[in-house]
Amino acid sequence: MGFKEAFDKKNFVVTVEVPPPKGTNVIPNLDIAKRLLGRVDGINVTDNQRGIMRMCPLAFSHLLKEMGHNPIMQICARDRNRLALQSDILGASALGIENICIMTGDHPKLGDHPDAKPVFDIDSIQLIKVVKELENGFSMAGKKIDGAPKFLVGGVVNPFFEPFELELIKLEKKIGAGAEFFQTQPFFERESLERFFEKVSNIDTKFLIGVSPLKSVKMISFLNEKVLARKIPENIAKRIEASDNQIEEGVRLSAEFIREIKGIINGSAGSPCRGIHIMPIGIESHLPHLLKEAGL
Amino acid sequence: MIITKQKNFDDLLKMMDGQSSVFIVGCGECATTCRTGGEKEVAEMSLKLTEKGKTITGSVVINAPCLELDTRRVLRQNKDAIEKTEGILVLACGAGIQSVAEAVSCKVYPGCDSLFLGNVFRHQHFYEKCSTCGDCVVENYGGICPVTRCPKSLLNGPCGGSIQGKCEVDSEKECIWIMIYDKMKKSNTLNKLKKVFPVKRHGAGTSPGVVINGV
Repeated sequence: MGFKEAFDKKNFVVTVEVPPPKGTNVIPNLDIAKRLLGRVDGINVTDNQRGIMRMCPLAFSHLLKEMGHNPIMQICARDRNRLALQSDILGASALGIENICIMTGDHPKLGDHPDAKPVFDIDSIQLIKVVKELENGFSMAGKKIDGAPKFLVGGVVNPFFEPFELELIKLEKKIGAGAEFFQTQPFFERESLERFFEKVSNIDTKFLIGVSPLKSVKMISFLNEKVLARKIPENIAKRIEASDNQIEEGVRLSAEFIREIKGIINGSAGSPCRGIHIMPIGIESHLPHLLKEAGL
Repeated sequence: MIITKQKNFDDLLKMMDGQSSVFIVGCGECATTCRTGGEKEVAEMSLKLTEKGKTITGSVVINAPCLELDTRRVLRQNKDAIEKTEGILVLACGAGIQSVAEAVSCKVYPGCDSLFLGNVFRHQHFYEKCSTCGDCVVENYGGICPVTRCPKSLLNGPCGGSIQGKCEVDSEKECIWIMIYDKMKKSNTLNKLKKVFPVKRHGAGTSPGVVINGV
């Protein structure tokens, strides 16, 4: 079943993030992907996530496709100008990639090459429009192309952005530009999630709720300090801190939360929230176990 | 004005290693305001270089070293001192430095790094608000420029990286998109932001810029 089809046929869509390797050794992450075959609806392949250099998502998405997965290739606007972006999008289509997820991208200053030139030639909304233009058979320059790609195009949304009205304006623009599904930043507790469900209940799109298993107290501090607009609740940090095996406890907590989300989604017929997107930052090898614990 | 900062003194010494005589040029405009190349800073630099064993053959603060013909004239007036000099240290922006470099045949050293085209808020408070992109679009954003003031130059709304109203790149800086939102909300023009703004015409600001006989 393709990723697009999963939205049509399933009540609870599950995607996970598996990054390309930092180097040419694709075996460890492909091994993880092999253990996920038939258990997830799509694998999101990150694009130099957080500005940290890795193999290009195009190559790794292709390898996942060959394995039988539905890769969702991320494309961020940080590193390539409009020529390079269009080239890669056409290349992705030629390699059988059917799903792409478009985002601005973290600034290079946050990554491991802080002196890199930030490109940001076009923004995420403009890039979504570019994909649609290519699908209609035209380049950004208005020239006819020989063979048009076809993708399911997605984007990202930050449920914690304040003022949320501004985030909503951007979200509506992405939908208007042609994005059909959205991954959210990770949620860690029910209250924020329920608020988000309420806020987006009338929006005609599909959301995959972000989930991140927390691997340690150290990671919680890092996320709270540098990444998240909404802090991880103290009771979660305490539970992980008290555990002998912090990763194991983080995975257990995450599995419990996924079951909870599934319950909320099952009880919210007609909601645009249609599933989850798991971002196992640094603990991808625990994904099969997490899915099992979550009953997926 | 062009905002500059003086290079680190040890780096300057390394750059001028082997040069025993130095002539110093300052700037009476921007670098004076920035306190990086005015009369006072030129005098201080002379003293510091002398302490490090350099011979200072002379110094001058040119009104605006970016005015090339004026600069040539002032340097000609200082011809005797400059002829005795191995190198000229310029405490000005890159425009001033090159103006000097094109007027003389000896080595020219940059004493400052140019940071940005800055607005002066008050004494020693400078803010970059325009990056001279050649295609001004501020009318769409309540008169605030996201091209310059958002580190990602986003034209259609904020990125997802802002934390509690601060920029993901620098937690000391406000997310300019929130400022744009606040201003447009207040003026009841938020609807204008719902439009998808087209890609930037980077061709409009082709560098290096040249204007001959007016624009």
